[in-house]
Amino acid sequence: MTTTLAHDTVVATRPVPVARGYRFELVKLVSQWRIRLLVLACWIAPALFVAAVGRQSTLPVDTLFGRWMLATGWAGPLVTLGFAGTWALPLLTSVVAGDVFASEDRLGTWRHLLVVVRSPRRIFAAKALASLTVLLLLVAGLACSGVVGGLLGVGDQPLVGLDGHLLTPGDAAAKVFLAWVCVLAPTLALAAIGLLGSVALGRSPMGLLLPAVVALGMQLVQMLPLPVAIRLALPGYAFIAWNGLFTSPAQLGPLLIGIVVSLVWTVIATALAYALFVRRDFTNAAYDGSGRRAVTAGALPLAGVFAVTVALVAATTGATGSGIERDKVQRSLATAFAHLYRMQTEQLNRPGVTEAQLKATATCDKGSIRVAAEGPGNDWRCVVSWHLPGVEAEGTAVYQLDVSPDGRFMADGDGPKEVNGYFLVRTPTGDAPNPLWQFDGNVELLRTAKE
Amino acid sequence: MDTLLAVRARGITKCFGDVVALDGVDLDVVRGQIHGLAGPNGAGKTTLLGLLLGLAVADSGRLEILGTPVRRALTVPEGVAGFVDGPGLYPSLTARQNLAALAALRGGDARSAGVDDVLDQVGLTDVADDQTRGFSLGMRQRLGLAAALLTKPRLLVLDEPSNGLDPAGKKHVHGVLTRLAADGTAVVLSSHRMDDLAALCSDVTIVATGRVVFSGPLSKLAAENRELDYRLATSDPRAARRLAADAAGIRIVDDAVTRHDTDALVVRALTPALDALVARLVHAGLALRELAPVVSPLEAAFLALTEPKEAGR
Repeated sequence: MTTTLAHDTVVATRPVPVARGYRFELVKLVSQWRIRLLVLACWIAPALFVAAVGRQSTLPVDTLFGRWMLATGWAGPLVTLGFAGTWALPLLTSVVAGDVFASEDRLGTWRHLLVVVRSPRRIFAAKALASLTVLLLLVAGLACSGVVGGLLGVGDQPLVGLDGHLLTPGDAAAKVFLAWVCVLAPTLALAAIGLLGSVALGRSPMGLLLPAVVALGMQLVQMLPLPVAIRLALPGYAFIAWNGLFTSPAQLGPLLIGIVVSLVWTVIATALAYALFVRRDFTNAAYDGSGRRAVTAGALPLAGVFAVTVALVAATTGATGSGIERDKVQRSLATAFAHLYRMQTEQLNRPGVTEAQLKATATCDKGSIRVAAEGPGNDWRCVVSWHLPGVEAEGTAVYQLDVSPDGRFMADGDGPKEVNGYFLVRTPTGDAPNPLWQFDGNVELLRTAKE
Repeated sequence: MDTLLAVRARGITKCFGDVVALDGVDLDVVRGQIHGLAGPNGAGKTTLLGLLLGLAVADSGRLEILGTPVRRALTVPEGVAGFVDGPGLYPSLTARQNLAALAALRGGDARSAGVDDVLDQVGLTDVADDQTRGFSLGMRQRLGLAAALLTKPRLLVLDEPSNGLDPAGKKHVHGVLTRLAADGTAVVLSSHRMDDLAALCSDVTIVATGRVVFSGPLSKLAAENRELDYRLATSDPRAARRLAADAAGIRIVDDAVTRHDTDALVVRALTPALDALVARLVHAGLALRELAPVVSPLEAAFLALTEPKEAGR
């Protein structure tokens, strides 16, 4: 007679707990030389860059806060943040999240992992958490390194905000911290897209590159003169919207929308990746992905989310135009000018004056007078007027404005020379950079309460 | 006689789309024995091993592993270990780190899990701290076996474990598997090499195009009464050829071997006819210098069972 093994000696299947799977995935990630290299680079390179720039006369003025890198150490981490949002974070999410599933396909280790862990759900959770941990470590490195480099290389001075007002070192530190926390949301969205690409496209290189490609696409969209609702409906907008923290009052509307949109994309892309993963047939040792499945189960649902978000943002904010209107540009320019004029007054050791006393206003036109003064472009021309207490004559200064589609502008002083026409001012202690010569500003794309 | 079964499969069928990978497969694997699984490429061996590891479930049929019915994927009971399509190793980790990470995944540490012991068992102690990136196929196979040993398996499932092994590696692996079986572990291993199966297995199952064409003891497979080709070398090849040509039940096969080696001839015969021929050769005063099957009886049985039958034959 033949009998099977007695039941009482058999232990039921127990999937490996997520915590152990998470540690296992971390060990695998950290053992890869490219991850180690990235961690090292993120924790060292920004500090070296910021400290090196702090010893040069040429500044990265094209990057937001770049022109203040010699003035305060708090500009450094913000320049790093601008660079990270454009290049570093998309690439980091590609290398970490975009490869976390595909690497098992490349190594042919899925069956081995499944036999040990016995739960695709737990494997997914462990991999997602491990890649998130590594990404957080990298982002923390970029932030801390930039701060340390700035403070050691330049110092803990006040920071000039995007509307020209001065932030105390304490305020600057808090806002720098907040800005880095805010970009975690779009980073998470890119990481979730990376997970989705890694699951849907397997060993295909496209799976690895997906977050970088998506981020590049979103940046291109932000560069085009498109309606504000479309900009805000993309998770990449939060990589820009942190700028609003550095105005007074803070432009929180676009920032909050950007963060919420990013988190929605994070949840949906992760859910799609999860659904694809737990339905996968692991009978093949390697998987080269399915373009069709990636489109139907990945791209189309996210396109749907985007369409719904555009409609929601347009309906709730009414932001269907470019968001860059004459009134907003004039107000932003006049506010920034007033703040910076105060700074220049202090530099020149003149009697103190407040923004309220200056009553600065701006009158702007764009291009030809036959064209409505609206939208982005480098053909904005503005005249700023102000009053000094006890002086009857009105002061005026001319600016050329280059306004980007995302609302950021660069004001270039066109005279008079003693106010904004020259890059240096003569102070009692010697020549110093003229804060009114060129400065950055920001137009809030959404309608504000004042409007 | 009471025998405990580690695997009991009845009528297992598994399809992938239109492809029938397994078609009504029955399999019994006895605890404490090494069971060989042979078959040509695409016969369904890996699919069957995958079912035993719980990577997939059968479309129909009944599978019990270690006494537990398996109805869903990844629900095989504790005590089942092994690999299909090569072991899963992480090249950026050393051999020891690979095993330690696995041990940690199961809730133990490297020392208590016996990482050093299993590395020693498979003969990889000297390279324990080398990254597996540079490991040869044979070393990877041995490390895969070590990983399976960490779980102290009661059913060990191995897909082509002898692939890429040098003689020393093969000796290690065979020794480990034999000891495991002696300790009561059931081992199922697939191989294309009948000599490996002959060296290790007590029972063998041969599958072809998803069906079992033989299952039973190796001795029974070898003893199947079928004609084999034998190489015959004597002191007088001409006389031997004449005697063989006249003998009943003997056919002289004029193949490439005999064309170049005039001292030998190849005859095809059943065992009784061959015995009679040997007696006649000796009686005729010819010295028998060599008599050996051109293909081993197991190999011949395997080929006979798995090669497609020619039309009209």
